[in-house]
Amino acid sequence: MRGMILPRYFYLLILLCAALPARAALDIEISGAGEHQIPIAIVPFAGEEKLPQSISSIVSADLTRSGLFRLVDPAGKAPHEPSEVVYADWAGTDALAIGNVEQQPNDRIAVKFRLLDAVRQTELTGQAVSAKSDQIRAIAHRIADMIFEKLTGDAGVFSTRIVYVSRQGKNNRLVVSDSDGYGEQTVLSINKPIMSPAWSPDGSHLAYVTFEQDHAVVYVQSLLTNQRMAVASFRGSNSAPAWSPDGRQLAVVLTRDGGSHIYLVRPDGTGLHQITFSGVIDTEPNFSPDGQNLIFASDRGGSVQIYRMPVDGDVAERLTFEGGNNFSPHYSPDGKSFVFSNWNNGRFYIATEDFQAKQMQVLTDGGWEKKPSFAPNGKLILFATEAQGRGILATVSSDGRVKQKMFSQAGDIRDPMWGPFLKQLF
Amino acid sequence: MNKLAISVLLMSLLAACASEKPKEPVVEAKPAPVVEAPKAVAPAPVVAPAPVAVDPLNDPNSILAKRSVYYPFDVSVVQDADKPIVEAHAKYLSEHADRKVRLEGNCDERGSDEYNLALGQHRADGVKKLLLVGGAQDSQITTISYGEEKPKATGHDEASWSQNRRTDLNYSAQ
Repeated sequence: MRGMILPRYFYLLILLCAALPARAALDIEISGAGEHQIPIAIVPFAGEEKLPQSISSIVSADLTRSGLFRLVDPAGKAPHEPSEVVYADWAGTDALAIGNVEQQPNDRIAVKFRLLDAVRQTELTGQAVSAKSDQIRAIAHRIADMIFEKLTGDAGVFSTRIVYVSRQGKNNRLVVSDSDGYGEQTVLSINKPIMSPAWSPDGSHLAYVTFEQDHAVVYVQSLLTNQRMAVASFRGSNSAPAWSPDGRQLAVVLTRDGGSHIYLVRPDGTGLHQITFSGVIDTEPNFSPDGQNLIFASDRGGSVQIYRMPVDGDVAERLTFEGGNNFSPHYSPDGKSFVFSNWNNGRFYIATEDFQAKQMQVLTDGGWEKKPSFAPNGKLILFATEAQGRGILATVSSDGRVKQKMFSQAGDIRDPMWGPFLKQLF
Repeated sequence: MNKLAISVLLMSLLAACASEKPKEPVVEAKPAPVVEAPKAVAPAPVVAPAPVAVDPLNDPNSILAKRSVYYPFDVSVVQDADKPIVEAHAKYLSEHADRKVRLEGNCDERGSDEYNLALGQHRADGVKKLLLVGGAQDSQITTISYGEEKPKATGHDEASWSQNRRTDLNYSAQ
């Protein structure tokens, strides 16, 4: 079953959608704080007042959202070069970020940034980048990533992207945005449900499910060319795509042979073969980072629970025992734990479980919380929840301490997934 | 003023009801003439309406007018109470080989969307099995699942959920 040929106007539709302007329409609410917040001052960069957006504000917002930093007000002090810093002015601050922006010909900007250790009075890191002036947010996220990595020891995820589905009436949009919810780009806009988007490991493609053909069909779409093809459109439901870590296989769930079974297929639709054979519902497969195992949700034990099986065999081991039902498992990037949605007493909670300890840890207060996935640094979990009757995005730190809700102005947001680290653009 | 409004409302409701009657020929008993006819004259012969092939699918009083079966939470087996509906549709399909039906499984939202997509498919496939047992042909039936994607009612409560846990028998799908 090769991908079907789509009418030409369809590609046009996608291209038009992709060209829609980004909508900045977010209200972010943060609660909780990391155990040890690092005090840091982000001094407004010289020359940034001429930009449409302030780089230091975006950096500050990124660091604040992580819950691991306490922003110290520069209180009017404005050094832009190390030589201008009077360290005595910065008592109580661990680190200090300074920098400047210069406008260049051909609609480009040059940004110089330095991170200083305010205690040892040394330079920790710094970078000078030149980019198109519409890359302000990307530059700021990159600076925030450098600060985060230098001061916490973990890679920052401010430059990564997320995908989600936004529903408004009948209209469904598949949306890719920065991890802070800004910079929305519509990948697909149709008047049928869209479900279960999944990033390819290199961030270049999305697999997802739509009802354009009335029943659920799995598509793979390139984010570079916007071309797409149906990789599984058999009779019944075709759904729950998950990429193998090498990008060469997709796990999908088909009902064409009766039951709901997991199959492997290449992203071009070839090489389909079945790997689970139980007479019940197996769904939501997710590959381990080493590509050797799959975790998935199954009702084979009576209730819906999480199981693990080797990709090349069908001996499955049950992993969850607590709570009512457990859904939507997703591996942590280090492969040591997994996150899932736990249904218990009328509420969905986001929970994690360590493969060694086999102990469920509930991270959230509960509600309509579904479809969790880890940020590529393993420190944050993105999921869908509900507020004021609408679906919204939310994150929780993997230790459960810091929670964040992202309210968009319109649409019912669902089915998010955090994307991978991308190659550095500058 | 109020009475006028109510009667206007009533009249428009009646008109709406009248206009919603099915357009298929409906056999109705003719009311007996009120005026007494002279005895000498033989009563006008009551012409029995010619037998019109009425598709029972369009008879609002037929069990075939019921096009949905409902389920308890996380169950995909057709309940005993709804089996007569499915059996009637099976009989109808076996007698109307040209008709096709699409079975559309739906779920309430208490599960992941993917699990519900699978569950809805199981519900539709379960109805299909009963239709086949009852004499329908495989070629007359397609099954799909909408999972929790197309809820009839959107509340987070049993009143909504109970309406959403169902399989619809759709004869007008292409």
